[in-house]
Amino acid sequence: MSAASTQETAVRIRDLDFAYNGTPILENVTLDIMARDSLCIVGPNGGGKTTLLKLILGLLKPNRGEIEVLGLPPEKSRLRIGYVPQYARYDPQFPVTVLDVVLMGRLDRIFCGAYAKADHEAAQAALTEMGLADLAGRLFAEISGGQRQRVLIARALAAEGELLILDEPTANIDAASEEQLFKLLTKLNERLTVMLVTHDVGFASKFFKSIVCVNRQVVLHPTSELTGELIRNMYGGDIRMIRHDHRCSPEGHCTHGIS
Amino acid sequence: MEFLEALADPAIPFLRYAFGAGILASLSFGIIGTYVVARRITYIAGAIAHCVLGGIGAGLYCQHKLGITWFGPLSGAIVAALLAAIIIGLVSLHANQREDTAIGALWAIGMAIGLLFIAKTPGYVEPMSYLFGNILLISKYDLWMVLVLDALVVGTATLFYHKFLAVCFDEEYARLRGVRTDLYYLLLLCLTALTVVLLVRVVGIVMVIALLTLPAAVASNFAKGLWQMMVLATLFCIGFIGSGLAISYNFDLPSGPTIIVIAGLVYLGTTGLRQFSSRKS
Repeated sequence: MSAASTQETAVRIRDLDFAYNGTPILENVTLDIMARDSLCIVGPNGGGKTTLLKLILGLLKPNRGEIEVLGLPPEKSRLRIGYVPQYARYDPQFPVTVLDVVLMGRLDRIFCGAYAKADHEAAQAALTEMGLADLAGRLFAEISGGQRQRVLIARALAAEGELLILDEPTANIDAASEEQLFKLLTKLNERLTVMLVTHDVGFASKFFKSIVCVNRQVVLHPTSELTGELIRNMYGGDIRMIRHDHRCSPEGHCTHGIS
Repeated sequence: MEFLEALADPAIPFLRYAFGAGILASLSFGIIGTYVVARRITYIAGAIAHCVLGGIGAGLYCQHKLGITWFGPLSGAIVAALLAAIIIGLVSLHANQREDTAIGALWAIGMAIGLLFIAKTPGYVEPMSYLFGNILLISKYDLWMVLVLDALVVGTATLFYHKFLAVCFDEEYARLRGVRTDLYYLLLLCLTALTVVLLVRVVGIVMVIALLTLPAAVASNFAKGLWQMMVLATLFCIGFIGSGLAISYNFDLPSGPTIIVIAGLVYLGTTGLRQFSSRKS
């Protein structure tokens, strides 16, 4: 057997349907994401990328089908997920320090009162890993967009999960910050499964091992198969026409992993 | 200092009570006001405050018409405020659209119920005292009530500081960290409701919301972080109430409006100065 088949599955989705107010958003989704994979979720706006993410996080419930994250139902596994939302959705005037934001990653570890020493150490370690140790006392509102992005990643790391999920991290940040972001993610991918939503397909080939196309249907491709034709088709036409992935056949079994 | 002498004067205890209630309540106002301003739920806090009139009316009616002596306007105010907090909280959590319209409706219904009760209460009841505050109504018993509610609000808000901070800053993320965010949001609104009741006698239903938000808004111009904002807001609140009572006593002005005008002017002044200086630099 290849090494891939002995790997554990990080996310396992079977025959999933999701509709919002009667409008189908995702249909008949079957998907396996292997542990320590790095994958990029792409697709047109309104295609269901964010919905897929929220289903994995357990914020939405599927109408049909099942979903397992790290071997458990999403609501039970969510504490083991490091989630990085879009930084632009935060109230720019909210008076909160960088350290307090990162400590929120440890929120499940306290009921009331102050954080423990171990929580502060984990938050500091995550800030240091993101190169932000000096900013701990600064206001979240005062720092740059790229820095805020990294603070949110630090918060996800402080939670010490096994799966890192990022929602549109490349939106609204400059090229240099983007470059830095992908370097960090490459490093983190050595120990974590990394999933990222983007509308910018150009990145897919540089860093990711797999690419997931979401446009009502969900199809996973190893990045090595990514061609110009595939990218063209991703944003128009029937996504099934370009289905040349072996990992997620219509029968829903995995024949082999990716190199 | 005429005002300081008056505070010590045994013939006018109500001034002392109002001052004491103001200082004690400032703690709750600083802490809860900071959450309300940071979370941008002034409108919801306003609706809760106005619903308090319904409870005051019911309390007066129970006391004077039904002869239930233990259920007066203050008990009514507390019950109505908590009830309003929970109903409005559930509406704001579950209404998919037109949340503001639904909350506006509850706001008006709460007030209308209060006025109906007051109209049917025998004897003459002056709604103005409740709407705009009247420190002559404050008794020693009220001071104890303020102390107890204050301890409850400050204790809960401090104990769950990190939960409330996370729920206000990023509700979705807090939920993903296993926090029951709906529960904490409702708890925060209940604490807001109790806080509003604390100073209804001093500044009145209509203006109490200004005293909740203006000190926090002024503090936000200077604070680095939520915790600092709470401390500063509490100090500003004490300053506004203290100076407002002194000025109103010296110039024979109604105390509620005096306090609010001072708070409003300081808010506009500091915010204006900040705008001006940030444009210059």
